[in-house]
Amino acid sequence: MVDLLLAQSAFPEAMSQGVLAHYLFVSAAMFTLGLVGFLTRRNLIIMFLCTEMMFQAAGLALVAFSRYHLNYDGQTFVIFVLTVAAAEAALALALVVFLFRKRDSLSAEAWSELKG
Amino acid sequence: MSMMPALTTLLAAADGPFIAGGTAPAWVGLMAGLPLLGAALCVVCACLNVKSKAPGYLTVGLLAGGFVTALAAFMGGSDSDSYGVATIFRWIHASIGAGSEASITANIGYYMDGLSMLWMLFVTGLATVIGLYSTEYVEHDKGLGYCRFFFAFNLFVFSMSSLVMADNLLLLFLGWEGVGLCSYLLIGYFYKKPEAVAAAKKAFIMNRIGDLGLLMAIGATFVVFGTIEFRPLFEFIRDGVDANGNAIAHTWVVVVIPLLFTAGAFGKSAQIFLYTWLPDAMEGPTPVSALIHAATMVTAGVYLVARMYPLYAADEAHIALSVIAWSGAITAFWAAAIAFAQYDIKRIMGYSTISQLGYMFAGLGVMTTTGAVFHVLTHAFFKATLFLCCGAVMHGFAGQLDMRKLSGVGSIAGFKITAIAMLIGCLNLAGLAGTAGYFSKDMILAEAFVTPGEVIFLPWAVGLLMLLTAFMTAYYTFRVFFRVFVGPVKYEAGDDHHGDAEEEHAAEDAHGHGHDDHGFHPHAPRFAMNAAIALLAIGSIAAIPLYFINAEDHGWAGSMVHESTAAFAAPEVHHDDHGEHGEPHAMLSADVVPVSLGAAPEGDGEAAHHGDNLGLGLDPHKAMYVVSGIIGVFGIGLAAFFHGPKGLGGLFIGNRTDTGSPRMDAVARYFGPLPRLAERKFMIDELYDTIIVKPLLVFSHIFHAFDKLVIDGLVDLFGSLPRWLGSLLRPSQDGMLHGYATGMVAGSAVLLLLVVLVALL
Repeated sequence: MVDLLLAQSAFPEAMSQGVLAHYLFVSAAMFTLGLVGFLTRRNLIIMFLCTEMMFQAAGLALVAFSRYHLNYDGQTFVIFVLTVAAAEAALALALVVFLFRKRDSLSAEAWSELKG
Repeated sequence: MSMMPALTTLLAAADGPFIAGGTAPAWVGLMAGLPLLGAALCVVCACLNVKSKAPGYLTVGLLAGGFVTALAAFMGGSDSDSYGVATIFRWIHASIGAGSEASITANIGYYMDGLSMLWMLFVTGLATVIGLYSTEYVEHDKGLGYCRFFFAFNLFVFSMSSLVMADNLLLLFLGWEGVGLCSYLLIGYFYKKPEAVAAAKKAFIMNRIGDLGLLMAIGATFVVFGTIEFRPLFEFIRDGVDANGNAIAHTWVVVVIPLLFTAGAFGKSAQIFLYTWLPDAMEGPTPVSALIHAATMVTAGVYLVARMYPLYAADEAHIALSVIAWSGAITAFWAAAIAFAQYDIKRIMGYSTISQLGYMFAGLGVMTTTGAVFHVLTHAFFKATLFLCCGAVMHGFAGQLDMRKLSGVGSIAGFKITAIAMLIGCLNLAGLAGTAGYFSKDMILAEAFVTPGEVIFLPWAVGLLMLLTAFMTAYYTFRVFFRVFVGPVKYEAGDDHHGDAEEEHAAEDAHGHGHDDHGFHPHAPRFAMNAAIALLAIGSIAAIPLYFINAEDHGWAGSMVHESTAAFAAPEVHHDDHGEHGEPHAMLSADVVPVSLGAAPEGDGEAAHHGDNLGLGLDPHKAMYVVSGIIGVFGIGLAAFFHGPKGLGGLFIGNRTDTGSPRMDAVARYFGPLPRLAERKFMIDELYDTIIVKPLLVFSHIFHAFDKLVIDGLVDLFGSLPRWLGSLLRPSQDGMLHGYATGMVAGSAVLLLLVVLVALL
């Protein structure tokens, strides 16, 4: 078992191009779903969740490429992205709660004062 | 004692300028420092809202301190070694250009020699006396106005001291501008009166024209001689070389630079073309007219030329001196002609100041710096006296200055001192034999006839013009005296009180007299004004003995001038002493008449100078005593005949019984439009208005329109362009989050598409 782990960590196998394509397809699909959701929905929380989805799509692509190139920088970067996303989620949800209290609505259209 | 220099000094003086070599004590700076302190204290008084006469008395005290300092410096300067430079502190010392040897030095330093000493004596002395007079004259304005008056008064004395005592041209220029500023402030003292404000502006602007010349002269001096400090500068000029060791004779240096200095002097001293500001300056309070526009500031031009005299004399063709002589004589004549027909007694005094300044310049031009300087001195006293007397009349008759509405003022109780002082002043101005004004004027007149034509362009014509002017002066001076001060007592009160209508009521309530003639009684000068008038009148008499001190050197003024840079071409030593100094006439018979006056190191030029040009078999000075004495008496007699009242007051030849003047009116008809033209000042103001002011106004309107349309339009265009673009783009910012998001996505998509396309192609 230990040997197996050591062997795996010491000599990781490169991902094949076909497998990479699968990952990237999933990533692209997630991103597009997030984007479409962001553009079509008016609920602030849903819009926020859509941005998170786009975020994770990008993260998935990073991890996939990292594995494909056998370069761990990408995975390291994803760890940071997740951390930032967590902090951002806390902040953004607090903002959404605050905005809701002000207007009694979660609609993004309730806020449009800042215009030319 | 500097009053009694040894004869050897005099002879040495004729060789070149006296350059003060010693170190003057630093306390001479008090002459400038005390008035500056006074100005500061007046500001403090204004801040504390002092309502008493304290600022006035403070000023008089400090100015008296300045006078005492001047006296102490004069007494202390017992031998010429102690004349010199007192450096108070280092002001400017800068290298010109990187690594070059050239540098400019200008210190707050005072150059004490005979010339600056003489000037400081009468500036501080007159300022003290006139300050005393002012304490009463502007009393109706106690409070801020009082503080303002004495602030400017002090500042003026400070600036004048800086001008006179400066040891470099830059400090001189600062003082020059300072007196101009104070003149502006004081002419415009009655700032609610539009004429006063206009006069102040006119004085300031016309002075700028001359100041440009002075500034250019200073610049040119620095370029040529590499220094603006007097001592090194005059050493260069004495040696006749510039900073590079090239000879300056026969170059532009000795023509252009003196002419530029002359332009500055003409502006300040209201000479030819630039005189029109001075009569208007009479709108200022009378003590100001007396101090600034008669006795001190306007003589700054004479001082400047006298100070820079070595440079003038270095030109063997004497072009600048000819210009000065002729300008002076023409100005003297012209101003006297205008004074003939004026009715405002203060303006007459203003024109006579211009005229007398013309004499001084003519004196400088015909190479008697001593005569010019002595005339400055005597004129300062008698003209200040005359102005203060006019001021007393103006003060007493609620601003009345029209001689047609005043008569017999001298017979009114309380005006005795004024009338006597006025008589003394008039006698001096008219040049009655024996008065100080007579002696000083004669010095100039006689010199005009003895200066050879090779030196100055037609000097005898200058002399004749001045003789004619002397006659006119005697007439117009006594025209004032006979009409205003003697004869039947008749007067009309003026319609304002020192031109300040609002203050007036308070003042008049306090004195218990009103506007109306029936309720009006003249308000005689009290102690301060009487004391000042009496002191100045005594001063005008006391100036007579000065002529006889050191008679062989043309009086005290001569000995002072000999110990200054103005001594360069003051070859008076040989004048009245045909036997003592060899054979001055021998040179005349020589074929070649030396013309290199003063500049000639051998000093042989002087001899050429003293012929019997009058052809009367008399020494020119003695002959001139007789001629101008007769002319003076004749002028006075003519004035008495036309304007004098019956009886003693009109010397028994007048017949005036009312304030009018029937005899003159009858005669004036024969002169056609001339008297009316003279009364309107020969329309010179109108001429300037037409040929200079109006075209300038037209041009400025054109330029204004250009500025408005083109320059402003261009700037506005650049200003409005972003605004216009912004208004185009602004709708895109609609505040809708989804709009922004869609825009961003679309933008990214386009970019992506481009990338893909580029990659494919």
